[in-house]
Amino acid sequence: MLTALLIMTGIAIVLGAALGYASIRFKVEGDPLVEKIDAILPQTQCGQCGYPGCKPYAQAISNGEADINQCPPGGEEGIRKLADLLGREFKPLSEEHGHEKPKSVAFINEQLCIGCTLCIQACPVDAIVGAAKQMHTVVSPLCTGCELCVAPCPVDCIAMVPVGETVETWKWKYPVIELRPAA
Amino acid sequence: MIHSPYIRKPASVQSVMLTVLIALIPGIAAYVWQIAAVVLVNLVIATVTALLAEAAMLKVRGRPLAPALSDLSAVVTAWLVVLCFPPILPWWATVLGVLIAIVAVKHLYGGLGQNPFNPAMVAYCAMIIAFPSLMSQWPPAGQLDLQTQLDLVLGGVRELDAITGATALDAIRTGLRAGNTSVDALLTQSAFGQFGGRGWEWLALGYLAGGIYLLVRGIITWHMPTAFIVGLAVISGAFWLTNPAQFASPLFHLASGGAMLAAFFIVTDPVSGAATPHGKLIFAAGIALIAYLIRAFGAFPEGIAFAVLLMNICVPLIDMNTQPPVFGHRGGKAR
Amino acid sequence: MIARLFNFRGGVKPVSHKNESSATPIVKAPLPPRLVIPLRQSIRSTARCLVQPGQRVLKGEHIGEGEGPLGTSVHASTSGTVVEIASFPMAHASGLETPSVVIEPDGEDRWIDHAPLDYRNVSRNAALAYLRNSGIVGMGGAGFPTHVKLGNGSGIDTLVINGAECEPWITCDDRLMRERAAEVLSGATILRELIGARRVLIGIEDNKPEAITAMRAAASGVGDTLEIVPVPTLYPAGGEKQLIRVLTGIEIAQGKLGADFGVQCFNVGTAQAVHRAIHHGEPLLSRIVTLTGNVAHPGNYEVLLGTPVDALLKLAGPKADTDRYIMGGPMMGIDLQSLKVPVVKGTNCVISASPALFPPPPPELPCIRCGACARACPADLQPFELYWFSRAKNFGKTQEYHLFDCIECGCCAFVCPSRIPLVDYYRFAKSEIWARERDLKASDQARDRFEFRNFRQEREKEEKAAKLAAKAAETRAKLADGTSAGAAEAPPPVSDEDPKKALIAAALARAKQQKAAVTPQNTEDLSPETQAEIDEIEARREKLND
Repeated sequence: MLTALLIMTGIAIVLGAALGYASIRFKVEGDPLVEKIDAILPQTQCGQCGYPGCKPYAQAISNGEADINQCPPGGEEGIRKLADLLGREFKPLSEEHGHEKPKSVAFINEQLCIGCTLCIQACPVDAIVGAAKQMHTVVSPLCTGCELCVAPCPVDCIAMVPVGETVETWKWKYPVIELRPAA
Repeated sequence: MIHSPYIRKPASVQSVMLTVLIALIPGIAAYVWQIAAVVLVNLVIATVTALLAEAAMLKVRGRPLAPALSDLSAVVTAWLVVLCFPPILPWWATVLGVLIAIVAVKHLYGGLGQNPFNPAMVAYCAMIIAFPSLMSQWPPAGQLDLQTQLDLVLGGVRELDAITGATALDAIRTGLRAGNTSVDALLTQSAFGQFGGRGWEWLALGYLAGGIYLLVRGIITWHMPTAFIVGLAVISGAFWLTNPAQFASPLFHLASGGAMLAAFFIVTDPVSGAATPHGKLIFAAGIALIAYLIRAFGAFPEGIAFAVLLMNICVPLIDMNTQPPVFGHRGGKAR
Repeated sequence: MIARLFNFRGGVKPVSHKNESSATPIVKAPLPPRLVIPLRQSIRSTARCLVQPGQRVLKGEHIGEGEGPLGTSVHASTSGTVVEIASFPMAHASGLETPSVVIEPDGEDRWIDHAPLDYRNVSRNAALAYLRNSGIVGMGGAGFPTHVKLGNGSGIDTLVINGAECEPWITCDDRLMRERAAEVLSGATILRELIGARRVLIGIEDNKPEAITAMRAAASGVGDTLEIVPVPTLYPAGGEKQLIRVLTGIEIAQGKLGADFGVQCFNVGTAQAVHRAIHHGEPLLSRIVTLTGNVAHPGNYEVLLGTPVDALLKLAGPKADTDRYIMGGPMMGIDLQSLKVPVVKGTNCVISASPALFPPPPPELPCIRCGACARACPADLQPFELYWFSRAKNFGKTQEYHLFDCIECGCCAFVCPSRIPLVDYYRFAKSEIWARERDLKASDQARDRFEFRNFRQEREKEEKAAKLAAKAAETRAKLADGTSAGAAEAPPPVSDEDPKKALIAAALARAKQQKAAVTPQNTEDLSPETQAEIDEIEARREKLND
């Protein structure tokens, strides 16, 4: 009886110590889930999800406040990755937050620009250069295509131009598996 | 849109499978000549069953029929099922075995190239567990006339004890289990030939010839047959040297049962086997080891089928850990 | 003397089909009605256009200035008028268009002034710049700039010249070696001296005995630093890494440079182009192209760069049942989507393909893991594993199985009994991985910039608040002062200006200090022209500051 008790106690102590050690040894710093979600989001910072940027949306998903299908730039693939990460069901992109569009960048019609700097203030990634009463222009490699600059422009001189395929961005297509129709 | 390469070697799955069928012919000839001519009837039954089952499954799965039927892979499976089953099985048992192989093992896992297990070996294992006595009745070599064989296969006649006997492997097992006798004494019984049971050694030679043909044609590589034969010889040799009275010699083990068929035609199945050079060696040697242990200590007289399935399970692990070094990553050489 | 040859694992032996085009001498192709010279001669860099429509150009005149570290110059291949600068399809699997200079030849073929370079009496850098300005790139297909490959002139022991030409059908290097062996050897000698190598090994597949004989005859007078080595005919023995392995036993891993192993490799065509550039002052304006396949007169033609393929094909006379054209060899070439594609520096062959010569592939069957691909792979990969992972879009696994070591030689697809277009899967996986890396880089950059902007806005808000508080305090103090003095006059406007001016002055001083502390980057190893340009700019800036 006593031996059994001792053995059980011993096991309990050993396991407890191991668990305690593990909790210290493998302690998780910060909130890795938000970081992981943020890494999947496309970082357009467009706010179409209803949050002011990708990180806040990631935070909201992690807190369970937002659903995973509110990011149009991330598209279906992004939703799939989020569903994988969070172990949730895939669901199609929510209609109210927008549609998946081909990647575009903003283009300022320099004939029309009056130099009001409103677009510069709107740009979340500082991709527009210019100064008051000076013509503005978009640094297109930095533009995320968030469209946030389009609305503030008083003279409607900003257009979204789809990014064409170049030799650098051209991709080989997935090989089509030919199946003969059933004979 | 077709991309390079625009030229291809005139090789096809069909030609690979056809070569395997051709390589089986010497073995089958020895079978007909030495053991039982009725095996030809079994082959026909199995081939028809396999093709029908394949067609039905393709239809069910909504896949095109022509390319899959003409690739001959179902025929190879059917022939291997027949060659590892006893020849005097009633026809329905052969049909059942082929159905297990084609329907359950091949198509339920996704068809050609997708099965993790060797179809013929699953069929054998399933049948020997389901019908242990039926699957253990082997005809004494060349002693049944064709009419009797046909009666047994097609007519459903079952006068078993009078006409069938045990294989050499079986006899040794029962003999040794009964005690009193030694391997030598058992082997001098008239039923056994020089090494592996009279008649069966010819079969082994036939399979060996076919295997060499496969090697020459480049269908299989040397790794698996070598590792299997050497592995079986080493393990059985080790036991034999420690106690020749209780354990049969390596030569006996290699020539009896399905050892040679397995070495060149079963173990070498590419789909369910290991694929890297080192992996192939480990895979085949593992089969030899497990097969010997089952033969010597297990409940079944022939252990190759179980050994193959057990090693099939290990294939992903083996392949993953035996990746050969890539060009330029072999180390050294750099100044 | 090489003691022995090494071998690489794998490889295949397709039917060579070399005799069709190798029997006849090289023919100079006539001037086409129009030349379309792409400013992008390879995938790596696009040259800056130096000409305008309507401008008259001479043969050999600069029309494009190479930009970036991998840029090389582009020249007018003949004299004539620039008609337009427009987009034309390029010699690339995508069939995408690229800006090109269209020249209408005047038929005179008048050269611009040019003179040979005494490369032994100029600095090494000047010689490399000269090659760059002569537009010399690798002519084996990839078009990598030669001056970049020549490196820093140290650490190379062996220079390999690639005359293997292992792809079926192609014979341009074969004919070049037979007819212009001396030029190839002269170019090889220049390359050897520039790269500082001890010896030169010229590897030629042993199915070209005439080329070997011609090269040996020409080499007899050159000395013992140079050796012609017949190598066994086995595709892809002409792959750069494979040839280096065969000749020296050295294996160069993916991502490593030959220079790290003391060996570098150039094509025979490149060597000949170097000879023409150095000893004759001629930039790279033409190359030898094999026209073969389903044509009436297969052979090799010396073609001006920019000649559209359709104009070129007329020389060989494609037969009626031709259904498509392949640029390059049948193992690694590309299907031409348009015959407007011009001949570029890497174009070695145009094959006219008929269903009889190049039958469409039979339907694909499932992989049976037979391992034929692994035995054929010259990079010692497990192609069927790569295929499974690429097909499943499991790109992480493809990289674990060394996808990027694949040289896309096509051996695996060549031997596959299930006729799976294996290479297509690897190309797909590679371009997906590149795209993902690009996207990841872009999104990381966007995240950083967004976070910095937020930080900046916060800081500006704080600074503004601090400034306001300071001003308020100042005003309060002044008011208190004013009441004590009994004066009610408004503060002088200067008081508002002064702190601002002081702030600006302080900022200027800070900026100056910072500038002094930071040494400008990338100022080492400048070419004299760039240095001159910089000096000029600096002078201008000084003037403005004064």
